Amino acid sequence: MSLDKDTVRNIANLARLEVREDELDHLAGELSNILQFVEQLAEVNTDGVAPMTSVCQMELPRRADEVTDGNYPEKVLANAPERIDGFFVVPKVVE
Amino acid sequence: MTELTKLSMAEARAGLRAKHFTAVALATAHLDRIAAHRDLNAFVTETPDLAIERAKAADARLAAGQAGAMEGLPIAVKDLFCTEGVRSTASSRILENFVPPYESTVSGKLKAAGAVMLGKTSLDEFAMGSSNMTSAFGPVINPWKRASDPSVQLVPGGSSGGSAAAVAARLALGATGTDTGGSIRQPASFCGLVGVKPTYGRCSRWGIVAFASSLDQAGPMTRTVRDAAIMLGSMVGYDPKDSTSANVPVPDFEAALTGDIRGLKIGIPQEYRPDGLSAEISKLWEDGIAMLRDAGATPVEISLPHTKYALATYYIVAPAECSSNLARYDGVRYGKRVEGKTLDEMYARSRAAGFGTEVRRRILIGTYVLSAGYYDAYYIKAQKVRRLIADDFAKAFETVDAILTPTAPSAAFGLGETDDNPITMWLNDIFTIPTSMAGLPGLSVPTGLSSEGLPLGLQLIGRPFDEETILKVAHVMERAAGFTAVPAGM
Repeated sequence: MSLDKDTVRNIANLARLEVREDELDHLAGELSNILQFVEQLAEVNTDGVAPMTSVCQMELPRRADEVTDGNYPEKVLANAPERIDGFFVVPKVVE
Repeated sequence: MTELTKLSMAEARAGLRAKHFTAVALATAHLDRIAAHRDLNAFVTETPDLAIERAKAADARLAAGQAGAMEGLPIAVKDLFCTEGVRSTASSRILENFVPPYESTVSGKLKAAGAVMLGKTSLDEFAMGSSNMTSAFGPVINPWKRASDPSVQLVPGGSSGGSAAAVAARLALGATGTDTGGSIRQPASFCGLVGVKPTYGRCSRWGIVAFASSLDQAGPMTRTVRDAAIMLGSMVGYDPKDSTSANVPVPDFEAALTGDIRGLKIGIPQEYRPDGLSAEISKLWEDGIAMLRDAGATPVEISLPHTKYALATYYIVAPAECSSNLARYDGVRYGKRVEGKTLDEMYARSRAAGFGTEVRRRILIGTYVLSAGYYDAYYIKAQKVRRLIADDFAKAFETVDAILTPTAPSAAFGLGETDDNPITMWLNDIFTIPTSMAGLPGLSVPTGLSSEGLPLGLQLIGRPFDEETILKVAHVMERAAGFTAVPAGM
């Protein structure tokens, strides 16, 4: 698979990663090379093979359905770039 | 007191308990050495005040006869482990000023065992790399030098490069690393250390900055096998806060070092002899096989037929998980923020400013292989091949007790000796990635030197949760190899 500039622009948007217009050509070439490298997997016969999502031979443990927020808002907010009155602040999202 | 930095962890433990020196003296000797070797750039953050405070507490517990398993032993902690009140950066600009209000389970266990943290070591950004060159805080220098030209600065390997350089340069008795595709074992090989990647699930991942969650594992990096066994024992254990933490008994790893490997069958996989494998690495491997035979073990030729697909599989699975894990860095709750007119613009600008080239590349690849229309062709396909790789190992372990391979295809390379193709760098992990894909324990033990006088390691791979056997075999190989070389001037 060879990626064009539009595809790279679209992926970057999906990843919420600002990419400059003049970086797109280089990135398209680089990402295409990587995809060509990984496409060697096509030659492996995987008919009837179940995808391996985890190497753990165990069931996912379940916890009690309880509120466990810790009750320490100061710790939660300690690294916030911007905060007001116990809330995280982001740019306005509704007009 | 510089001699204190030449002790092994086991020797320092004995010296502390026999009151030959104090934990404060031991910490001070290492802190002085860190200050004298800042040119290596091994640490992102030094924590001398905290170290002295903890060493004093260790001395008090030693005096009271309440010493923990690692009481008073100075260690370095990879800056991927969150440490309460101490900046934890993942060597990324995006976490440059992040001070966690909590302690990772593994670093907390080490602290509870009495270990004294000296500081946080550099790594490839978010543990993505094999040279430590992708760190936002500059490259780390390997204390080892080429015999022919000591002026060439070599990489320590990666991603746990700062930890490897620190332990090799005697700045710490041991260090924590993390390994996703080889990030403990390859730098251990490059720096003449023992590095253990435990079985997936053996060490809790809680509080470790996530890269690829189905692969990440913490482990020790030390100068001897015994030290690795000591440190591993204080890092492992069930943790309900990590849903993939294994609730299995914790063995006495040190007790496994019996020196007796008679009758063990050690697999030698033919697929780890690719065309173009350097003669030096081939010879190292042959020498290692001879050591095992001399010690009464039986080398057995085995086949792991899907080995050659492991790298491609990894570079679908790991970026996919990375793109998902790193979605959390959005400039809202913590980390770098660059303002934008809209919320989306703020996300995109913060992430572009915070992530380096390799991290951005992997996020983009991961986003692509997970995107609608490509998910089955890439991601599901890779997960299927991953199972075939794991099945190869399971089949081999029906007949052998451990597997011996080279750790890395070369000795440490120079800072400027890489090309621009990312795949060239990724080939460093060609021998370590299959173990990671299968979740198996693997370690690197130094057994020889290159013609340039640089350390070279061999990898031992074990059955799930059988770190004891690979430590036992490594211990025998360490003695047989008589690896006593140290970096020049150390």
